[in-house]
Amino acid sequence: MARLHEHEGKRLLQEAGIAIPRGRVASQPEEAAAIAQEIVAPVMVKIQAWITGRASVGGIKRAATPAEAEAAARSLLGMQAQGFTVTQVLVEEQLDVAQEFYAGVIVDDREQAPLVMFSSVGGTGIEEIAAQHPQQVAHRHVDIAFGLQDYQARDLVRRTGIHGKLQRQLGALLVKLYQTARRYEARSAEINPLVLTGDGKLYAADCRITVDDYAVFRHPELGIAIAREYNRPPTRLEKLAYQVEADDYRGTFYFIQMAQDFQKGAGYIGFHGAGGGGSMMSMDAILRQGYKVATFVDTSGNPPASKVYRAAKIVLAVGPIDGYFGSGSGVASQEQFYSARGLFKAFLEEQVDVPIVIRLGGNAEDKAVEILESLNGRIPAPVEGYKKDDSPDFCAQRLDTLIKEAAQQPPRPRTQPQHPAPQRPYSFATVTGGTVTLDHAVCATCESKICIQACARHILTLNEAGLPVLNIPLDEAARGKCVECLACEVDCLLYGAGGGHVDLPLPDVD
Amino acid sequence: MSILIDRTKRVLVQGITGREGQSRTRLMRGYGTQVVAGVTPGRGGQTVEGVPVFDTVTEAWEHVGPIDISVLFIPAPLVKSAALEAIDAGVKLLVIVPDRVPIYDVLTIARRAKETGARFIGPNTLGVLSPGQGVLGMIGGRAAAAKSWFFPGPVGISSRSGGITTSMAYYLARAGIGATTLVHVGGDAVVGLPHPDVMLEFERDPETKAVVMFGEIGTSQEERVADLIASGAFTKPLIAYIGGKAAQSGTRFSHAGAIVEGGRGTYAGKVARLREVGATVVEEFMELPQATKRVLASL
Repeated sequence: MARLHEHEGKRLLQEAGIAIPRGRVASQPEEAAAIAQEIVAPVMVKIQAWITGRASVGGIKRAATPAEAEAAARSLLGMQAQGFTVTQVLVEEQLDVAQEFYAGVIVDDREQAPLVMFSSVGGTGIEEIAAQHPQQVAHRHVDIAFGLQDYQARDLVRRTGIHGKLQRQLGALLVKLYQTARRYEARSAEINPLVLTGDGKLYAADCRITVDDYAVFRHPELGIAIAREYNRPPTRLEKLAYQVEADDYRGTFYFIQMAQDFQKGAGYIGFHGAGGGGSMMSMDAILRQGYKVATFVDTSGNPPASKVYRAAKIVLAVGPIDGYFGSGSGVASQEQFYSARGLFKAFLEEQVDVPIVIRLGGNAEDKAVEILESLNGRIPAPVEGYKKDDSPDFCAQRLDTLIKEAAQQPPRPRTQPQHPAPQRPYSFATVTGGTVTLDHAVCATCESKICIQACARHILTLNEAGLPVLNIPLDEAARGKCVECLACEVDCLLYGAGGGHVDLPLPDVD
Repeated sequence: MSILIDRTKRVLVQGITGREGQSRTRLMRGYGTQVVAGVTPGRGGQTVEGVPVFDTVTEAWEHVGPIDISVLFIPAPLVKSAALEAIDAGVKLLVIVPDRVPIYDVLTIARRAKETGARFIGPNTLGVLSPGQGVLGMIGGRAAAAKSWFFPGPVGISSRSGGITTSMAYYLARAGIGATTLVHVGGDAVVGLPHPDVMLEFERDPETKAVVMFGEIGTSQEERVADLIASGAFTKPLIAYIGGKAAQSGTRFSHAGAIVEGGRGTYAGKVARLREVGATVVEEFMELPQATKRVLASL
């Protein structure tokens, strides 16, 4: 889920008419001093980080003067908070706190409706307070067709024992909070603490908003670069992976980098799953063998071969892994040779020299395993493919055995695959910015013409000269009729003359 | 017998002219599902796999007669509108295959469904399959594969993972155990027909003697199944595996989630609660067939 920083969430609350403390973010200590100068009052200096319990890690400081604010910002900027570097602090006025409350909206899976919550006690440890003092917490579901009505919100507040003007103020605030959550499609939106000041005003002193990943596309105004749940900024490879996913709606590619800067021999495996449940189960199997995973990847939902190829290229860029493990549910409904081709192309290009075990069970598994195991002899690494009757644990054990055997043997030589410049290139573009090139000089020597029958969409045909060409207009191929099945490269290499090549660039990030 | 889908059900495919719509219509028809019509706005008058295509669901209904179920192969941003269209036309069961459907769209669909007495499976579901009867969605991928992998028998299957739905049924079949119906409830946080609702369906089906369930960390679906067992609403033997034991616990629920769920959603909590009410929970996925055999033998 895409989390917003405190200052971003507060901006949305302010738009909705909820008061927030005066202040701004600073990324330099001098800026913090200037903001404190403008406010002309004691300030809070708070790290902007997606972690809970910022106060307990020393991420929140009080400052009485601009000089103190500058010093506080200097100590906080650059600090490490759960493995990520703080680059911004929020400098805002200290509130004259008379009372603290809690207000929140979440999506409740059980009732399939938004749930609004109010607690007459707020602040840190709200879960414990709620457990110990249930009478101080009230919640109700919202009919999404009508929204939260003012009387409903006031009654919610009333149930916690609050009356009079304050009840009306809090009721109105809850309605605004619900409207903010609804407008920005928040999985959760919370104000904790919600502060009542000495002069009787309500302020959102802190704010946590998490936007539904699947709705981020409808909210470009939020400027969310990556709609994924991380408790740290994404790595370069995560940005790259996200861009691959964003550029291609076919199938799903989910990528988390689990390790950085690790050494060869440290037991890190490039893990590449397929399907949520099957991936988790397969990751458990590799962890049980005593390894760690450098990546958690899921390519599923019938992705094209090109997407699996790009995923594998990104996994291989993660660092010096000791092995590559691919395994999903084991009985996939999709035809598995597309994934096999994507993996084949990536492993061949990268000349992988660490053992590879891939469990490719499901539709057309025989063909998939045959393609994959054709890598043996073409790359330095041993490659084993398995089918639906092989368990994840068995496959993980095979990888362990291969890794141990490899450690006993001298490294095998790499043979960079030759890509001689095509003599008679016939090219067309693909939907994700790729290029298919068939070298008709090679095609002329090919007897099988395997590309014609292996092409997933049958968009190739033999021309009068007996050479493969598109049987649809070039622009139709580029709009997606060519589904990037990679048959005209992989099957051509294995069963034809090897005249086909598909160039699939990775997107540019940074 | 079976639940949700059988030979008698008349099925509509929304998004029938798309890449997935076309190929899964072939699967469904090949497996025996009665696909009576398809809908793609602006494509009325065409046919796909011999199935007539209409512009709207109401038009399809007027031409082919009552429709029991609609299966949606629609891009995620358009799912809400398509689902509301089917519900308003009178369809009482929807199968929403696509993933990445925005959650407030799902809440809106759920709201309208409750109001009209309709139900939906998914979103993000592989579908439903009753061996020898019919399939909704994409379980099995190809009719020939689905026919060779699954056969009728005494076990109901419910799963939160699509791939696991298929593999669980396959590994049970290999151990000689057939199924009444396979249900993939969907992989998202909010789904229309979660595990507890599927259990109640299996409870009513006389042919289902036991249920095998694949649960996962997060949400309270498995705990609510335990509640149904405790209250006597679900009385058949349950064999379960919960995925995500080794998953990173770094992802924290919001405060609000913690307040409402009060500790629900964890691996340990789900396993303990299910065992407390007498369910069989296996530690390893591959133990499911043997555990199920033992439970069936004791009946």
